[in-house]
Amino acid sequence: MTAFLALVRRDVMLSFRIGGGAVLGLVFFLTVGALMPLGIGPEPQLLSKIAPGLIWVLAVLTALLTLDRLFQADFEDGSLDQLALGQLPLWLVVLGKVLAHWLTTGLPLCLFAPLMGVLFGLAPEGYWPLVLGLLLGTPALSLTGAMGAALTVALRRGGLLLSLIVLPLYIPVLIFGAGSAIMAVDGLGADGALMMVSALSLFSLVVSLPLSALSLKTHLS
Amino acid sequence: MIQRFANPKRFDAIARRVAPVMAVAAAACLAWGVWLALFDSPPDFRQGDTVRIMYVHVPAAWMASAVYVLIAVASAVSLIFRHPLADVAARAAAPFGLAFTFLALVTGSLWGKPMWGTWWVWDARLTSVLVLFFLYAGYIAVWQAMEDTQKAARAAAILALAGSVNIPIIRFSVDWWNSLHQPASVFRAEGPTIDSSMLWPLGVMALAYTFLFAALWLYAIRTEIAARRARTLAMMVASRDEAADGTGEARHA
Repeated sequence: MTAFLALVRRDVMLSFRIGGGAVLGLVFFLTVGALMPLGIGPEPQLLSKIAPGLIWVLAVLTALLTLDRLFQADFEDGSLDQLALGQLPLWLVVLGKVLAHWLTTGLPLCLFAPLMGVLFGLAPEGYWPLVLGLLLGTPALSLTGAMGAALTVALRRGGLLLSLIVLPLYIPVLIFGAGSAIMAVDGLGADGALMMVSALSLFSLVVSLPLSALSLKTHLS
Repeated sequence: MIQRFANPKRFDAIARRVAPVMAVAAAACLAWGVWLALFDSPPDFRQGDTVRIMYVHVPAAWMASAVYVLIAVASAVSLIFRHPLADVAARAAAPFGLAFTFLALVTGSLWGKPMWGTWWVWDARLTSVLVLFFLYAGYIAVWQAMEDTQKAARAAAILALAGSVNIPIIRFSVDWWNSLHQPASVFRAEGPTIDSSMLWPLGVMALAYTFLFAALWLYAIRTEIAARRARTLAMMVASRDEAADGTGEARHA
């Protein structure tokens, strides 16, 4: 447990230091968000209608952009070998790094999503489901993405391949995540979609940890 | 039994004989099926002659899922038993799966325009098949991206297994969500809801697709085995020459 917490602390600290991506992801999220009305046009009704979908697509893109370095830096300088030799089983190492990734990219997104909602003029009923959906759904983004990051860890330009692998697997989370806010705005109730999002997160927890550990092992040997 | 047929040499000897048989069967079924589908089956009472798109579309969609299941099973075998033939089989099947998925999407779109009045709708069945298309593309890309065949095989196998969650979603998408796409009408517990005059051509076409895939797949596996053997031999020759004259200069140059 101490080793696990130490790993999470190390990764969180590293991502806030120079060269880390914690704040950059958030800045990307907000900047691209600000670009959208400029491209689509400032019509309030249109923006408020597409707000949940836009915010969710941005969350997916932000997760993707920060994922390719999830294991790569540690793989290149040999820390990953040390972690694999250490007392933690590899799947717990993966979980620790995923948790650190979520704390530094997923959680800030959830906190700043209401701000985006205001910028796009999201209807008042949509805020809670949006934030709750992101809180429940972004872990699935980090977990599924970890699998892609582990598969492409040894590739110099793995980022594009990572997107190609992971984006199809993100589609269900995107559908139900954005769906929860959309359904709440339409007065249909968000509970069902939110439950689906949590189920997807739990499912990806079970599937992604062993598969990520397995693919890391192939690259380490 | 798996061990017996998993020997690449024995497999090659058998595949050499089986593949042409499959090819002939595919040609025969295709000729018969196209005759039945285009000339010897009635037009639908509502859809008219456009119903004949079904005989191209439905078998392609079946094959798209079936080939993915095949890849997933071969990938599991490769991960568990570490058998190289399973990798080769999975890799060789992927381009055909991609082609069948593409065919299903295109013919579905062509059928959708006259029937639903639109080329494309974002409903569950269509979206999940589109995801299948992307999964095939990603799977092939993983094979292309890694030089080390062993590592590429492991990575591709893991991806194939992760993507297999999509298969039940495709199968049940028409039951779980309201969809423009019609629900299952052939493989149902209560029996098919299609009249036998249309079921026959459909079945023959499905057979034709299956035989065609089997023939092409066997040829692709044999090609891949031969390519790997050629690569290994080239490496052996190179290292022997290097050991012989010490300069790394090829002797037969």
